[in-house]
Amino acid sequence: MAGTKLKIKKVKVGLGTCGIAAGASQVYQELESLGKKEGFEVGKVGCLGLCYREPLINIEGSFGRVVLGDISPSELKGAWEDIKNGYFPEEKIIFDGQNYRDNFITRQKRIVLRNVGLIDPEDIEEYLACNGYKGLERVLTWEPEKVLTEVEKSGLRGRGGAGFPTGLKWKLTRAAPGDTKYIICNADEGDPGAFMDRSILEGDPHSVVEGMIIAGYAVGASEGYIYVRAEYPLAVKRIEKALKQAEKKGFLGENILGSKFSFKIKIKEGAGAFVCGEETALIASIEGKRGMPRLRPPFPANRGLWGKPTSINNVETFANIPWIILHGAEEFASIGTEDSKGTKVFALAGRVKKTGLVEVPMGTSLKEIIFDIGGGIKEDKKFKAVQIGGPSGGCLPDKLLETPVEYRALTETGAIMGSGGMIVLDETSCMVDLARYFLTFIQSESCGKCVPCRVGTKRMLEMLNRLTEGELSSEEIPKLEALAHVVRTASLCGLGQTAPNPVLTTLKYFFSEYDMHAKEKRCPAGVCTGLTTFVINEKVCTGCGICVKHCVVKAISGEKKKPHRIDVEKCVKCGLCLINCPFDAIYKV
Amino acid sequence: MGEEKITAKKREQLKKTIARFSGQGEVIALLLAIQREEGFLSRSVLEQISEEKNIPLSELYGVATFYSQFSLHPRGKYVIRVCQGTACHVQGATKIAESLKQELGIGEGETTHDRMFTLEYVNCLGCCSLAPVLVVNDLGVQAKMTSAKVRKLVRELRRR
Ligand SMILES: Cc1cc2nc3c(=O)[nH]c(=O)nc-3n(C[C@H](O)[C@H](O)[C@H](O)COP(=O)(O)O)c2cc1C
Ligand code: FES
Repeated sequence: MAGTKLKIKKVKVGLGTCGIAAGASQVYQELESLGKKEGFEVGKVGCLGLCYREPLINIEGSFGRVVLGDISPSELKGAWEDIKNGYFPEEKIIFDGQNYRDNFITRQKRIVLRNVGLIDPEDIEEYLACNGYKGLERVLTWEPEKVLTEVEKSGLRGRGGAGFPTGLKWKLTRAAPGDTKYIICNADEGDPGAFMDRSILEGDPHSVVEGMIIAGYAVGASEGYIYVRAEYPLAVKRIEKALKQAEKKGFLGENILGSKFSFKIKIKEGAGAFVCGEETALIASIEGKRGMPRLRPPFPANRGLWGKPTSINNVETFANIPWIILHGAEEFASIGTEDSKGTKVFALAGRVKKTGLVEVPMGTSLKEIIFDIGGGIKEDKKFKAVQIGGPSGGCLPDKLLETPVEYRALTETGAIMGSGGMIVLDETSCMVDLARYFLTFIQSESCGKCVPCRVGTKRMLEMLNRLTEGELSSEEIPKLEALAHVVRTASLCGLGQTAPNPVLTTLKYFFSEYDMHAKEKRCPAGVCTGLTTFVINEKVCTGCGICVKHCVVKAISGEKKKPHRIDVEKCVKCGLCLINCPFDAIYKV
Repeated sequence: MGEEKITAKKREQLKKTIARFSGQGEVIALLLAIQREEGFLSRSVLEQISEEKNIPLSELYGVATFYSQFSLHPRGKYVIRVCQGTACHVQGATKIAESLKQELGIGEGETTHDRMFTLEYVNCLGCCSLAPVLVVNDLGVQAKMTSAKVRKLVRELRRR
């Protein structure tokens, strides 16, 4: 391409929430003015998943497609003359027209994310051009039972956390007595540190909508709901658009594509409650009530929304469906392991070099994901643990890095597959602090209906708080563990039943850190404020005196323009000096 | 609950909003819509909904206090929501929150006297790859925050 004048037809900017946060809107504006001058169109795509290289642009034309990353508006302006003549800035090329140049993406297998980051999510034509709604067309020529068999044969298991076989869930819903049935898409994505579902909904909403319509046909439902968390305004906007367009094209509404099957979908926005991701709580929330879970059985497949049989599935589960219908159950089942079929999308974040969306075949090891795809630890620090499954999951140490990602193997470690959040931790994280963090989360999100969860997690949190203050003796640690088992066994819903996992896994794999907090009253990572001292790095300190002004107890002293000192006796560890030091010269040990 | 006198004009306006949500189980959607218009849910607003929809006030109060999106008190012109999700937590979210508290002189869930700022925590904004993050009102997410960026942001908002 180099040296020849390119015919650029369209430039698409990655405008997911993350892209926008990284400054993609300014890039979009810059491109719009360039486009007006030079006669190309400007469009948007969702997040390709290479979040660490945002903002991203796709340049399309007679030459094919080139993807560039790390684009700033000013650089773009400067480089445009070169780009037009086929000279792309080497270090910014992600896809050169033939190959991806970044092994973050070449090592992935994309089924769920097949279109994400490539097509304009607000333009149904682009989805249609990628075999969109072809799965639905095919299914409408089948008997519903055949759809059930096909999904069952594929071995697809729910991607929302528990991994229940999707085909079976649909079958049970179809078999349940009653004429009115519902399909619900769980887009509550409450696990902190997870953004797979957001990216799918923002990047390829039609794949989820198509999956839901197929589900409706299979179970005999004529109405569906998408329950989206309130923190995802852009996803809501994109689904709204997708629904309107699908309706216009006759994929939704009465007599879909001339068949006898009718189906409509409504959006319900959540209002901020983690427990509403639990299926019975979610149903209560759609009904307009407080989102309290209830005892199961009866399962939603028998008694769900407004008491009617309901099949509730996760976003990613639905996004798999059209692919399975088009490529066949056998092909799907040939990917993955004996126990877990297909692929899984992970949201890779934390202290890893390359953060973003990773979709890999089930059975890929944690090590491959974090080191080969994610590029290892930031600043080449030492890997400490990987947290998977959010507040219901666990922290796994380096000796378990060979663990394959599949439902069974992960459950055996004490963690869970979860919905796909994967947070990498290095030596700067304290495992006791992390356990405490998750319990704080659970405590504030516990709905309060059952005692083991409401009170049990509170007592556990109190113990952990005391531990991080150096006030818990090592004799009390077994009590913490015993209580964790009680909460796990006796809680009413999944929230309480899995809440002890972060504590139990850190106790199991990082006991020495608990021990150090309890016996030596020391936090080896320097995170737990109660057990650390504030120190000034004399090599970095310029003696500007800003910390002196902020210190309320006058614990800092020193000559102007000379390194300062903190008097440990006077220091109350408020941390104001650390926050305010313009040179980052203050640290905790 | 925040006590705000309600004018006849506002009453009419509310009536229209309430009428838009007539379907089954639309209470949460209605409260969200009103909160977006008014900034918070005052007692008089809840009373009016209760009357017109024939839902006990206690039930509305139950819903409004269950979900973290709802506020029963007036909030600031700028609502700063700082992420306390896992990815942000392990990359300094506590420090960002502390900087905000110091810069604004308020704690979590509080509003400044001049009603300029409210500080809230949020569990995850789904931008974990750019942690630590925060969001102001419905404007875009602010990525890779530092204490210095926090100070700059607050000063900019004050000047606006
Ligand atoms: C506390 C709690 C939170 C949950 N949060 C979510 C969530 O955010 N998204 C989701 O899809 N499933 C979530 N689940 C799982 C759902 O209850 C349900 O199993 C799932 O939506 C079923 O869909 P699937 O079969 O496709 O996985 C949660 C479960 C519990 C106990
Ligand atoms: S953890 Fe902060 S955005 Fe997800």
